[in-house]
Amino acid sequence: MSGRSVLKRVDWLSVFIYVCLVFIGWISIYSSTFTEDHNSILDFSTLHGKQLFFIGFSFVAIIGVLSLEVNFYERFASIFYLISMLSLLGLFVFGKTIAGATSWYDFGFFNLQPSELAKVTTALALAKYLSAIQTDIKRRKDQLYALLIILVPAILIIPQPDPGSALVFFALIFVIFREGLPLFYLVIGFALILIFVTTLMFGTLWVGIGLAAFIALLYWFKKKRFKLSPIPVTLIALGIMLFSLSVNFVFDSIFEQRHRDRIGLWLRLEKDVSKVEQMRKSIGYNTYQSEKAIESGGFFGKGFLEGTRTKGNFVPEQHTDYIFSTIGEEWGFLGTATVVILFSVLFLRLIFLAERQKNSFSRMYGYGVISILLVHYFINIGMVIGMLPTVGIPLPFFSYGGSGLLFFTILLFIFLKMDTNRLKENA
Amino acid sequence: MRKILLSALVILIGLLFLSRLSYLQIFSFSKDQVLEDPAIKAIYDYPERGYIYDRNDDLLVGNDPAYDVMVIPREVKALDTLEFCNLLGIDQEKFKEKLRKSRIYSPRLPSVLVPQLSKQDYARLQEKMRKYTGFYIQKRSLRYYDTPSAANVLGYISEVNEGDLANNKYYVQGELKGRTGVERFYEKTLRGRKGVQYIQKDRFNRDIGPYKNGALDTLPEQGKQISITIDKQLQEYGERLMNGKRGGIVALEPATGEILSMISGPTYEPSLLVGRKRSKNYTKLYNDTIANPTWDRSIHAQQPPGSPFKTLNALIALEERVMTPSSTIKCSNGFYVGRKKRGCHCGGGIRDMNKGIYLSCNAYFAGTFRKIFEKFNTTDAAMDVWEKHMKSFGLGNYLGYDLPFGQKGRIPDKEYYDKWYGDNRWSSSYIISNAIGQGEILATPVQLANMTAAIANKGFYFTPHILKKIDGEAITDPKYTAPKVTTISKEHFAPVIQGMADVYTKGTARWLQIPGIKIAGKTGTAENFTKINGVRTQLTDHSVFVAFAPVENPKIAIAVYIENGYYGSRYAGHIASLMIEKYIKKEITRTDLEKRMLDKTLENEYAKPFSGVPFKINEYVW
Repeated sequence: MSGRSVLKRVDWLSVFIYVCLVFIGWISIYSSTFTEDHNSILDFSTLHGKQLFFIGFSFVAIIGVLSLEVNFYERFASIFYLISMLSLLGLFVFGKTIAGATSWYDFGFFNLQPSELAKVTTALALAKYLSAIQTDIKRRKDQLYALLIILVPAILIIPQPDPGSALVFFALIFVIFREGLPLFYLVIGFALILIFVTTLMFGTLWVGIGLAAFIALLYWFKKKRFKLSPIPVTLIALGIMLFSLSVNFVFDSIFEQRHRDRIGLWLRLEKDVSKVEQMRKSIGYNTYQSEKAIESGGFFGKGFLEGTRTKGNFVPEQHTDYIFSTIGEEWGFLGTATVVILFSVLFLRLIFLAERQKNSFSRMYGYGVISILLVHYFINIGMVIGMLPTVGIPLPFFSYGGSGLLFFTILLFIFLKMDTNRLKENA
Repeated sequence: MRKILLSALVILIGLLFLSRLSYLQIFSFSKDQVLEDPAIKAIYDYPERGYIYDRNDDLLVGNDPAYDVMVIPREVKALDTLEFCNLLGIDQEKFKEKLRKSRIYSPRLPSVLVPQLSKQDYARLQEKMRKYTGFYIQKRSLRYYDTPSAANVLGYISEVNEGDLANNKYYVQGELKGRTGVERFYEKTLRGRKGVQYIQKDRFNRDIGPYKNGALDTLPEQGKQISITIDKQLQEYGERLMNGKRGGIVALEPATGEILSMISGPTYEPSLLVGRKRSKNYTKLYNDTIANPTWDRSIHAQQPPGSPFKTLNALIALEERVMTPSSTIKCSNGFYVGRKKRGCHCGGGIRDMNKGIYLSCNAYFAGTFRKIFEKFNTTDAAMDVWEKHMKSFGLGNYLGYDLPFGQKGRIPDKEYYDKWYGDNRWSSSYIISNAIGQGEILATPVQLANMTAAIANKGFYFTPHILKKIDGEAITDPKYTAPKVTTISKEHFAPVIQGMADVYTKGTARWLQIPGIKIAGKTGTAENFTKINGVRTQLTDHSVFVAFAPVENPKIAIAVYIENGYYGSRYAGHIASLMIEKYIKKEITRTDLEKRMLDKTLENEYAKPFSGVPFKINEYVW
């Protein structure tokens, strides 16, 4: 296939949104690292200068990704997966430690983060496994294998330690679910989270009372249409109560203090005003400052390079995980809403593209891409605006960081490349 | 269902984010955030507060530099504490305690270690300051008073409180603001406008340059110098004469309404409310609820005016043409109200207006008051006319001077008596006491002085005011420079003024003549009551005097009100006479009179109601 036809068939809407996001992201990094003495755009000693270099590098990578044959990704998916798992293992020996996490290889001018690479390869490997003719996702054994593909990188990443990145891999469960994993698993997962949260907020007693009320309602309304035999209902209720009882134990004994603090702050478990004030200055500092910065932007924002809290570096890690707060302060609600809408449109577009793939590998990979990007977007912005507990993962295409930008770009464009090929596949 | 789940999730998350963001950025957003923004610090540049001069451009209030020793705890290096404490004049324990508190307040921000060093301490410390890193001296400006008097007029300044901060966005914590008197009324003129520089800070509170490149910064605007209408010499003299007496003196220049002096006794030295001892002194003054030195009697003390009020009744009778100057009324050592006799001290006999005034005949003015009321068909109509005339002299309402409001006094009207006696159930006989300035009438010293000025001017007055010049420019505010006309025609004043002049030549104040100056005046002796353990008890009469001089071209109109001073010609008369001589002649010829007033106090009189034993009032000897 010639280069011309790739350019003709590539989904320009997605490319356009991608470019917009990268551009807005770079503007924000420029603003959050701006100082009066270093303001040349091409100064590679500055972070925004470096990021500009990474953007250029990513554009080169896009050309590479689009020029390769589509079959290449499917054929070598397992090998890529193995290589990336080895690179994760290699970190235990050769890794470079930055800010307490051993997550990087040092290449002198460039630190490579293999966990970013693993996101791409795991999505490819999972798609390949699920699309294989002999795999049947209804089978327990195949479900287990699929889960294993996701679990291996997560387990290798947790001890770095980087639990945030490890969490991302679980988003790939959506892919398995799309391909027929019974609803049952998802329901259980959500139920467990719900019970965990409600137990922490209201205590086991109230969970029990709520459950009893729920069962009573169930019997009251559904008596005639559903047959609810008392034994399984009692067993399930008993299971829920046991889980609820164990929550406090898990929370107090197995979780570390900082996890307790983060969750406590998120669920507003602390009612003492002076202690909340204290938390804002210690563990809740980042979130509090980023919320304040966003709030102070108002509807129209303070203007480019006019964010006082951004200039004063009040929000820690603002150019990486908290980059969204820069947009909030300087561009206001107009800016934040634009970014949220851009992301949403991109996701919906990618879902549309995934659904129109005739090739099941492409479709599953597409779902992998969407799941990974969506979970980053949800957790990152949710954290920055104070809706979710603090989890350190970057905002795709925005946050400062070469590996992140490069592999998110590759992740996306492999799928866009597959999309250009869908007609040929059909023919 | 599986296909749309992810799309639904994307939309749900998007809506969730948008609602949270609109909550933060639209509903929680407030415009005042620049002031709360920890990233922006305002540094203020305070202009010097304007000086205050008297009418002859004599300095009354200036500024004195004061020096605070400041500390930034983080920057403090090891030092010779003993030597440093000796220099500062504090002991080591206190020094350590202060340093500890500063550190708690903020290790990075400056706090005051020792406030308001004396000039001597400052001089000693200044050379050695370099040795002590982390400490520096900050210059401040304090009010300096070049007079021991006029505290009630000048007022004082103090730190703004929560209320001020809530009411006025201009002030920030720690700033000073005029509290009373001129300092309060001309606060904006005197203080100028502080300059501000916005500095962008980082999270370690370090300066990282100007905010918006200084686009919002402003330069300070200098405070203005003002001259007030007070005559420093006269004010100081009056306060000396008030030694040991309670009451008020107000002197006006009739031709302009300028307040020449405004004295309240007892008073205090204005310098007491400046500097390190300020709050101690203030508490002491404020807690003295018996002598009440912080209460300005010249504008707040509303009392029955007594006999000076007779002159106004005479004027009304002439204006309403119910009497002529030669109409007579017989005084039989008093007069009858129904079958009850009310006394008179004038000696009895046939009284015309001239005699009525200079002998202060109660019977004559009771008759005059009745005649005014007899002119009208109804008491209500008469009362309205009488009230209108009285109020045209600035009585019974706020005068509108550029000082705290004071009190408005009282001229009773028909509604007042309707409430008291019932509608149409009263007549002139019921309220006859108003004829002689007793009864329900109340006036403050400044109102009495203003009334006197209106008589001196023969029918108009200027609103009394305290401001003369701002930065050398005379005031032009028509509120103070346009005359207020009374309802009495000019030609009626001559006989009344003649009567007042005769008070000095052959009447109640004949021994108070000033050689070479023709004065017109009127004595007053006002009955008054207090409650002791719930029992209404009469106290010694208040001594009242109003006067103006010279009669032909009045330069000064004065009202003196001395509480419990008995006869009007005693304390009030003496003080009025001395004040007039001081102002016009600049020197006192009657030193015996002066000595008596400087020495005599009324402390015994004021102690009587609190003694707990029965006491005599209106004692003849003094």
